[in-house]
Amino acid sequence: MSQYSTTYVPKSSFGKWFESRLPIASLVHSSFIAFPVPRNLTYFWTFGAILVFMLVAQIVTGVFLAMYYTPNAALAFQSVEHIMRDVNYGWLIRYLHANGASMFFVAVYIHIFRNFYYGSYKAPREVLYILGVIIFILMMATAFMGYVLPWGQMSFWGATVITNLFSALPVVGETIVSFLWGGYSVGNPTLNRFFSLHYLLPFMIFGVVILHVWALHVPGQNNPTGIPIKSGKDAVPFTPYATIKDIFAVVVFMIFFAYWVFYIPNYLGHADNYIPANPAVTPAHIVPEWYFLPFYAILRAIPDKLGGVIAMFSAILVWFLMPWLDTSKVRSTAYRPLYKQFFWVFVAVCILLGWLGAKPAEGWYVIVSQIATAYYFIHFLVILPVLGFVERPLPLPNSILESVMGVQKGGAGMPAGANAEPQSKG
Amino acid sequence: MAETTTHVAEPTRRDFLFIATGAAAAVGGATLVWPFIQSLAPDAATVAAGAPVEVDLSPIAAGQIVKVFWRGKLIFVRNRTPEEIKAAEDVNLASLRDPQPDSARVKPDHAQWLVVYGNCTHLGCVPLGNQGEYNGWFCPCHGSVFDTSGRVRGGPAPINLPIPPYAFVSDTKIIIGQEEATA
Ligand code: HEM
Ligand code: FES
Repeated sequence: MSQYSTTYVPKSSFGKWFESRLPIASLVHSSFIAFPVPRNLTYFWTFGAILVFMLVAQIVTGVFLAMYYTPNAALAFQSVEHIMRDVNYGWLIRYLHANGASMFFVAVYIHIFRNFYYGSYKAPREVLYILGVIIFILMMATAFMGYVLPWGQMSFWGATVITNLFSALPVVGETIVSFLWGGYSVGNPTLNRFFSLHYLLPFMIFGVVILHVWALHVPGQNNPTGIPIKSGKDAVPFTPYATIKDIFAVVVFMIFFAYWVFYIPNYLGHADNYIPANPAVTPAHIVPEWYFLPFYAILRAIPDKLGGVIAMFSAILVWFLMPWLDTSKVRSTAYRPLYKQFFWVFVAVCILLGWLGAKPAEGWYVIVSQIATAYYFIHFLVILPVLGFVERPLPLPNSILESVMGVQKGGAGMPAGANAEPQSKG
Repeated sequence: MAETTTHVAEPTRRDFLFIATGAAAAVGGATLVWPFIQSLAPDAATVAAGAPVEVDLSPIAAGQIVKVFWRGKLIFVRNRTPEEIKAAEDVNLASLRDPQPDSARVKPDHAQWLVVYGNCTHLGCVPLGNQGEYNGWFCPCHGSVFDTSGRVRGGPAPINLPIPPYAFVSDTKIIIGQEEATA
């Protein structure tokens, strides 16, 4: 990368004056301009930028909604209808926010499965990955509490079912639940505190995102080969290459997002949520938002209250262990013929669980849910550790450059053993 | 800066002060958390709103289930038919998940009236009355089944529908929220 300047040199005298007091320009320069990016990244690597865009979009639309929304059990439903009918472009802001949550999850799921496929969770990126899982959990909490705010039937009963999960805990369960509710059932105090937290959590997510990006800039990005950058020829500078590609991907994603907002804005919602909350009647078929469905299916697969709750939380917590459960030294699934098959089976099982989560919990749906739930855990706890020992990976290319350009004649290749990575043993 | 002596083998007065300060800060910090956690609990107004409520039973027809609220919680008042009472009494207790005879779930001489909390003991949905295998309640959320005594007979619910505190003021009036009929 010798042809690009890597260190920031302020040109103006003000730039020099400022730099010696707050070196933010050089931080931006080294992180987002000169930062070396593997030259073989695909569009799967643009979802990080898409996620940052979605977070900002949710915060901007949310702050505006909060100007017109009333967090009171008697007024909340009305105020959302007021946003939809009376506030100028209120319908647009609300549809952007409601569908934005779904788009956020579309992007995060692609981002997560990209990590699973290319082994981005492995050394030296464990902390980066764990911060990502924390962001995902915070996102789920935020989206859940946001969904309660319009105070429709699904809001109310979703809140009831999810908060009641904690009542499964022995001894302290009931107390915890009444502390969550601020009463003896979901009610006005619950709505107030959920609104407060719904406003707070996205900013906490923002904080963790900063740590996530910081942790990314230590080892640098993974790439489709899984092998690290070894020479300047393996990389290109972040600007303009990654910047332009990310912007292009964000624009394409915005088109996808806009399709939902303008053509089918209620497709991902539930008609029951346009009925005001009624504590005396539960809708005949209560279903969470689509992004929770696989976890909901796991909850219902276990015919025991506490067991179901434990299984559901474990389904996410097991992600934290992935860097240590996967014993294979090869990162990218492109070079793991066996894991590649199991990876796609796992994707299929997750989609199946999502489908089952939307079905009534009866008959053979329950049995299939149980099998799929068992497989979900076997994937993490048995298949991942065992494969690392039994699988014979394909030969890795010597360098990223070689994987892109083919083996270079005349000495451009790496000496044998040069793709050993002393920094990533662990 | 003057040199500080840090390599003393024996604990010094400074060590003591250091530990004592740290301990005081830890206790202070923990104490400060307490009021914030407590503020989340049901507040005084919510607790006060839990005053007992009277329910007139006379308009409730045989077989009918009426929904009332006490402390924001849903309560079913069910006027059971003789068949429903018989079905509730003729049960092999050993076969129950949460064994309780029907007589322990109604007031003496008032077997006709079943008063239970109206939220499923699984995750809190409202079960549908006169439905399910035992014609008691069926919960649409995850399929819990309750009999005409409100006892769990199937599905994920772990325990029977609990009985709120209540008492008969007269034969046609109950008071929910207290165990004695002194209204
Ligand atoms: C991580 C980012 C966020 C996510 C995933 C999210 C998600 C949601 C969801 C799913 C809803 C329910 C939409 C509906 O069906 O009507 C909602 C509503 C709401 N959110 Fe957010 N939100 C986020 C950030 C924010 C922020 C930062 C604010 C405030 C500053 C905010 C304010 C609101 C308000 C006032 C509502 C109620 C109005 C409505 O229901 O449309 N949100 N949010
Ligand atoms: S809430 Fe009734 S079965 Fe789950």
